[in-house]
Amino acid sequence: MLGMFYKILKTGIVTEKPADDSEIGQLAPELKRMVDRQFRGSLAIRMVDAGSCNGCELEIHALNNPYYGIEQYGVHFVASPRHADALLVTGPVSRHMESALIDTYQAMPKPSYVIASGDCACDGGEFGVSYASCGAIENVLPVDLKIPGCPPSPAQLMRGLLLLMGQRNPTTLR
Amino acid sequence: MSDTWLSDVKGRFAEARIQLIDEDEQRLAPAHLLRVAPAAWTSAVALCKGLSMRWAAFWAVEQATGFDAFTCLEQEGHYLLLVTSLEEPELDSIAHIYPAADRPQRHTHDLLGIGFRGQLDNRRWTRHQAWNEDDYPLRRDWQAPKSPSPTPPDDSYPFLRASGNAVYEVAVGPVHAGIIEPGHFRFQAVGEKIINLEKHLGYVHKGIEKLAQGRTPDQLTRLAARVSGDSTVAHGWAACMGIERALGVEIPPRAALLRAILAERERIANHLGDIGAICNDVGFSFPLYQLGRLRELLLRENDRLFGHRLLMDRVVPGGVAVDLDQAGQQEMLACCRELESEVAHLIEIMERSESLEDRLMTTGRLTPEWAAELGCLGYVGRASGLDFDVRRDAPYAPYQQVKVRVPGYRAGDVAARAKIRAEEITASLELIRQFIQRLEPGELRSPLPEGRGGQGIGIVDGWRGEIISYLALDETGRVSRFFPRDPSWLNWPALEQLIQDNIVPDFPVCNKSVNGSYSGQDL
Repeated sequence: MLGMFYKILKTGIVTEKPADDSEIGQLAPELKRMVDRQFRGSLAIRMVDAGSCNGCELEIHALNNPYYGIEQYGVHFVASPRHADALLVTGPVSRHMESALIDTYQAMPKPSYVIASGDCACDGGEFGVSYASCGAIENVLPVDLKIPGCPPSPAQLMRGLLLLMGQRNPTTLR
Repeated sequence: MSDTWLSDVKGRFAEARIQLIDEDEQRLAPAHLLRVAPAAWTSAVALCKGLSMRWAAFWAVEQATGFDAFTCLEQEGHYLLLVTSLEEPELDSIAHIYPAADRPQRHTHDLLGIGFRGQLDNRRWTRHQAWNEDDYPLRRDWQAPKSPSPTPPDDSYPFLRASGNAVYEVAVGPVHAGIIEPGHFRFQAVGEKIINLEKHLGYVHKGIEKLAQGRTPDQLTRLAARVSGDSTVAHGWAACMGIERALGVEIPPRAALLRAILAERERIANHLGDIGAICNDVGFSFPLYQLGRLRELLLRENDRLFGHRLLMDRVVPGGVAVDLDQAGQQEMLACCRELESEVAHLIEIMERSESLEDRLMTTGRLTPEWAAELGCLGYVGRASGLDFDVRRDAPYAPYQQVKVRVPGYRAGDVAARAKIRAEEITASLELIRQFIQRLEPGELRSPLPEGRGGQGIGIVDGWRGEIISYLALDETGRVSRFFPRDPSWLNWPALEQLIQDNIVPDFPVCNKSVNGSYSGQDL
C-alpha cells in the first residue's frame, strides 16, 4: 500500500494543463469552454465501432488516459445511447453492423450529433464499399462532423470535438 | 534436422498407406507441402493428430477448375501444409479431429461454398444477412448486387439453448457498453454462475479476402496492416513475408532489425494497455492510469521516431519505410531503461496487492489440456503450458541472431495471463536493446521483381501469438489470394471454455485477459 502511495506521489499529475505549451494544453481550455457553453458542462458520447480494425478505438481510449483526461472537460463516454448527445462512429459500416448502428442512433434523444471518426468512417478508407461494407458512415446515417486520420490521434479527436461545438448549429458542419 | 523430421512424417504416411501425390515440397518453404487425395484427407489429418501436431489453420483457394484446400499443422517449429484438390466443392470435415477447425471450415463454407461432410455444427458463421445462403462472395464469378437493400439484423442465429429450473439467459452485444469492437455473447447462467457461453461473431466482416484480390504488393500491405489495428506491424510483416517469399526477395539486414524493433514496441504497448485494463476490470484502477501513462509515452515516442503512434504502414514489401538514426537509437535506449525500471516497480506493487491476487487467481482458468486441444497461442497458450513462440521455435530474421526468452506458466488463470504479459514486456525490452546494438548502416528496402507470380507463406509472432499469412500472386504480380490467420481464431474458443463456472461479473476481466481481436477473426 505504501509503495502505491509513494508511486502516486512521485508520479504527480501528468495531465497536460492549460499552462503547458503542448498542443493539448492549448486545446483543453477551449474544449472546456465549449462544452460548458453548448452542452451545459457535460457532453455525453456513445461510441460505436461499426466495422473498424480497432486502431481508432485504441486512440479513443487514449483520450481517457492521464495525459488527456478528457473527462475533466466534461466529455464522458457513456454506456447507453439513451444518455448520449453524440454518437462517435468508427470504421466503414460493415453490412453486418448496419442495422445495429441505425438502432443505436434511433435510441438517442434528439437532437443528437453523429461524428465519423477515422478515414474509414469519413470516406470508406482502405475498405470502401463492397459486398460486406457500406463504406462511409454518411452512407447510413446523417453525419455532422468528420475527423479524418488513420487513426486520428487523441489531439485530432479533441480538435474534432471543438469543431463540432464551434458553431451554434453543429448540424451544418460537414 | 528439418529434413529428418519431414522424412519421418512421410514414413508415417507410407505406413498408414496414405499416398502422397508428387509435390514440390519447397514451394511454400519454410513449410513443407504435402498433397493428398480428397479421400485420404481425414486419415492424413488424423495421422498428424496422432503424431501430436498442433493444428494451426485452414483455408481454400479457388483454382481454374475446382478448389485447393489447405490445412496447416506445426510441431516443434516444423510446419506442414496438407493440401488436397477438389473438383467438386465438397470435403470431409476435420473438426471432429481438431475442434478448432470448426469455425474456419464454416467461414470457408460461407465465403467459398465448400461443403464439409460430417461437420457436426453446420450453422453459418461469417454469413449473417448481408448475402444469401447460396451466394458465395469469395468465388471469382460472384458479383455483388449494385445497390443492395439495407441489411436486416441477424436475429435468427440458432444459439444453443439451455433450460431448467433457475436457468436464465443473458444476451450481450453487438454494441457493448464500452469503447470496444462489436460481437454478440450469449450466456446461460444459474444464479451468478455461467454454465455456458456462446459467441456469435462476424459483425465486422469487411470482406478483406475479397478486397485483397487484384491488389499490388504495396496496396495489399496497407490492407494487411488493417486486418487488426492493434497488430498492424505483425500483420503487415506477415503479409510482406508472404510476398517476399513468393517473389524470392531477401530483405536487407537493417530492415529486418527495424521490423523486429517495431514489432517488439507494438507488443509492449499492447501489454501495457491490457495489464492496466485487466486490473481496472476488478476495480483496481491504479495500474490502469500508471501503465496507461507509460503506454502514452511509448506511443508518443513512436510518433517522434517513426511518424505514427501505432506504427501503421512502416513495414513495406521488401523492407521498411522508416529508419532510426543515432540520436533516435540513444533516445530509445534511454526510454527502454526508464520503462523497464518503472514497469518492474509497478508490477511489484501489483504483486503485493492481496485483493488483486484474490480476484485474479483461479479466475477464468484454462486447463493445459483444453489449451492443447484448442491449440491456443501467445499469452493464452503460454499461461496454460503451451509456450510455443515462432520467434524462438521457427525463427525468422532477425530472431535467429538472439536468444528469445519465452515465459511460461501452467495455472492458466487470469493472473497467469497477466504475469506472462508483464514478463514479455521485460523480454521485449531486452530484445530491442540487442537489435539496436546490431544495427549496421545499410539499405532499408530491396526492390521487388515486377510481373512475377508465385505463392508464399508468412509466419511471424505477433503480440497475440503466431500469425500465418498465405499469399498467392498471379503472373502479373497482383494478389489472387490472401488469407491472414490471426491468433484470435484459436483463442476465441478458449474464452468459451475458461468462462465456465465463473460468475457473470467476472466475464469482462476474463474477456480482457484473452483479448481476442474481432476484426482479425471476422476478416
